[in-house]
Amino acid sequence: MNNFWGDSLSSFWSAWIIVITLGTIGIAFWLLFANRQTDKTPDAEGNVGTTGHAADGIEEYDNPLPRWWFQLYVGTVIFSLGYLVLYPGLGNFTGLLGWSQEGQWEEEVTRAEERFGPIFAQYQEVPIPELSQDNEAMRVAERIFLNNCAICHGSNAKGGYGFPNLTDDAWLYGGAPENIVQTLTNGRNGLMPSWQQLGSENIENVAQHVLSLSGNAEDPQRAEKGASVFASVCAACHTPDGTGNQALGAPNLTDDTWLYQAPGQSLGDSVRQTLRNGRNGHMPAQAAYIGEDKVHLVAAYVYSLSRED
Amino acid sequence: MSTAFEHPTYNYKVVRQFAIMTVVWGIVGMALGVIIASQLVWPELNLGLPWTSFGRLRPLHTNAVIFAFGGSALFATSYYVVQRTCQVRLFSDKLAAFTFWGWQAVILSAVVTLPLGYTSTKEYAELEWPIDILLAVVWISYAIVFLGTIKLRKTSHIYVANWFFAAFIITVAVLHIVNSASIPVSSTFSVSIYAGAIDAMVQWWYGHNAVGFFLTAGFLGMMYYFVPKQAERPVYSYRLSIVHFWALIMVYMWAGPHHLHYTALPNWTQSLGMVLSIILLAPSWGGMINGMMTLSGAWHKLRTDPTLRFMVVALSFYGMSTFEGPMMAVKTVNALSHYTDWTIGHVHAGALGWVAMITIGSMYHLIPRLFGRTEMHSVNLIAVHFWLATIGTVLYIAAMWVNGILQGLMWRAVNPDGTLMYTFVESVEASGPGYIVRLIGGLCWVTGMLIMAFNVFMTVRRGEGARQPLPQTA
Repeated sequence: MNNFWGDSLSSFWSAWIIVITLGTIGIAFWLLFANRQTDKTPDAEGNVGTTGHAADGIEEYDNPLPRWWFQLYVGTVIFSLGYLVLYPGLGNFTGLLGWSQEGQWEEEVTRAEERFGPIFAQYQEVPIPELSQDNEAMRVAERIFLNNCAICHGSNAKGGYGFPNLTDDAWLYGGAPENIVQTLTNGRNGLMPSWQQLGSENIENVAQHVLSLSGNAEDPQRAEKGASVFASVCAACHTPDGTGNQALGAPNLTDDTWLYQAPGQSLGDSVRQTLRNGRNGHMPAQAAYIGEDKVHLVAAYVYSLSRED
Repeated sequence: MSTAFEHPTYNYKVVRQFAIMTVVWGIVGMALGVIIASQLVWPELNLGLPWTSFGRLRPLHTNAVIFAFGGSALFATSYYVVQRTCQVRLFSDKLAAFTFWGWQAVILSAVVTLPLGYTSTKEYAELEWPIDILLAVVWISYAIVFLGTIKLRKTSHIYVANWFFAAFIITVAVLHIVNSASIPVSSTFSVSIYAGAIDAMVQWWYGHNAVGFFLTAGFLGMMYYFVPKQAERPVYSYRLSIVHFWALIMVYMWAGPHHLHYTALPNWTQSLGMVLSIILLAPSWGGMINGMMTLSGAWHKLRTDPTLRFMVVALSFYGMSTFEGPMMAVKTVNALSHYTDWTIGHVHAGALGWVAMITIGSMYHLIPRLFGRTEMHSVNLIAVHFWLATIGTVLYIAAMWVNGILQGLMWRAVNPDGTLMYTFVESVEASGPGYIVRLIGGLCWVTGMLIMAFNVFMTVRRGEGARQPLPQTA
C-alpha cells in the first residue's frame, strides 16, 4: 500500500482530513436513512396527514422522501466514495489510479512533444533566410507569433507605444538571424538612464540636439548648445553621430523611428520625458516557454516580416 | 411613509423600508448590469474614464444586485416571516432600524468607493476594511434581532423558513469576518492576512458559500414561507425539509475548491471540492421538490396568478442551476467551462432565474399586505413583468451557454502541427453576437423592474388613500 501514500501533509493533518471527510459523508448518509420512514400511513387517496403544527397558517405534510430522490442521493454518495478510492482526496492517500494534475500535464506535454516535436525539429535544420521563404512553415510560425508575441507587438507586428515595430528596418539589437534568435531565446532588457541631474536647461538643450539629428529641431540655437553635453554624456551609447549601437540596444537617433512617442504626444515632449525619467524596455525570454525549435521558427517569421514586399 | 399601516403586534415599518429598497436597488443593480453588458459589445462606452470603466463598474454591479437588492429582500422577508411565524414582534425595533440604515450606509459606501477604485480585490468582497467593519456590525445586529425574535416566539415549533434564515445569517457572519480579515495600511487600503494558495482557498470558501448561504439558504427561507402562502397549500414534506436542510448546510461548506480546479491548490483539495459538490445535488433538489410538490393540487392557480408563476419558474431555475453547478464542478467539464462565459450564464441562471424571480414573487405577495391592501395595483402588470423576466433570463443564459462552449472549444482547438487554431482575440470577436443577445435579455429585466416600480408606487399610493379618514357624511 505504501505506493499509494504521498507525504505532502503531516500524518496528523492527513488523518484529520480523512476523518472529517468520511465523517461528513457518513453523517449525510445517516441523515438520509434516519429520516427515511414515516410513521403516518397514507389514506385511501394516498395523502399523508400533516405534522399537526401550523406556522402563520402554513401546515406541513409528513410525506416520505420521494423514492427517486432518495436513490439519487445514494447514487451521488456511492460515486463520491468510489472517486475518493481512485483519485487523491483523502489526505495523503493518492488514489489507486495514481493520478495527479501535474502527472496529467506532464503526460500531455510528452504526448504533444512526440507528435509535434518532429515537425519543428525538421524546421530547425533549415537556415533562417531559407525557412522564411517557406510558406507552410511561415503559416505555422504565424500562429505561434499570434498566440505569444502579438499581445505586445500587435497581430500585424507593427508594435505600439513602447513595443518595437517588427516590420520596418530599424533594429534595436540587430536584424540578422542570429540577433533575432538571441533576442527571442534570452530576452532583452533595454535601459535608458534618467538624466535629471543634468538640470532642466541642459536637458532642453540636449533634447533639441537629439531632435536636430533627425532634422526635427524646434530651436536650432539650443540644439547647438546641446552638442557638447551630447558628446560627453550620450555619445557613449548612442555614438558621437547618434546612429546608435546595436550591441547595447541603443537606438539610432537619426532616423524617424520613435519607440516612446505616446499617441497625441509631440516628439519634443517625448524626448524630454525620456531624458528626464529614463526608459525601461523589457522583452521576455521565450526559450523557456516555446523551446529552441520554435524560437528558430518564430525568428524566421520575424526575419520575414521586414523583408516582405 | 405614512404611519397609517402600523400593525398592532408586528413591526412592519422596517419590513416596508427594506421592501421598497429591494425594488430601488433592483433597478440600480440591473441597470448597472446592462451598462457593463453594453461595454462588452461597445468598448467606447467605458468613456475613457477610470470611474466608468468595466473593471470598476463590474464589482459595483455584483455588489448592488447581491447585497443591495438581494440583501434588502432577505432583510424584508426574514423580518416579516419571523414575526408572523413566531407570533411576536421583533426583538428590538431600534436595532432593527439600525440594521436598515446601517445596511443602506454600507451600500452607499460601495457606490462611492468602488468607482473610485478602492478595492480589496476579493471577488464579492471588494469593500475596503472600514466598510467591512460597518458591515460586520450591521450583520451581527441583524443576527441579534432575528435570533432574539425566535427566542421570544409564542409558538412551540420553529418554522422551517426560520431555520434557513438563521443558518444564512450565522454563516454569512462567519464567512464575512474570516474572509475579510486584513491588515490595514491606510484608511483606504489593506492587505489580506492570507497569502498565495491559502488566500485563494479562503476567498472561494467565502465566494461559494456566499452563493450557498446568501443566495440559496436565505432565499429558500423566503420560498418556504411565500410559496405555501401564495398557493394556500401545506408544505409537501416536513421530513424532506429536515434532511435537505441539514445536508445542504453541512455539504455546501466543502464545495469552494471547485472554483480552483487545475490551479496551485493541492490535488486532494480539488477532489474534495468536486465530490462534495456532486453530493450537494440531492440536498439542493430537496428544496425544489418541496416547493414544487407544495403546488400539487394548486396548479390551476397558475392560470390566474402571475405571482405564483414567478415562484414556480424560480423553483425551476433553481433546480436547473443546482444540477448545472455540480456538473460544472466535475473536473472534465470544468476544464471546458472554466474562465468562459458559461460560468457567467450559470451564475445568472441562479441570480435572475432563482434569486430575483423568488424575490419578485415574494414582493408581489408582501407589498400589498404591508400597505393595507389585498392585491397589487395591477395583476396584469405582474403578468407582463413575469414574461419580461422569463424571456430575459432565457435569452441571457442561452447566449452565455453558446458563448461559453464556443470559447472553451476555440481555446483548446489545435492545428495538425500542434499550434493553437485561434488567438484569444478571435474568441472575443466570436462572442460578439452572444453579448448582444445577453444585453437584450438584461434590457428585458430592467424594463420589468421599472414596471414593478410603477406597480408598487400605485399600490402604495392607493393603500395610503384607502387609509385616509373618510369624510363624515352623517
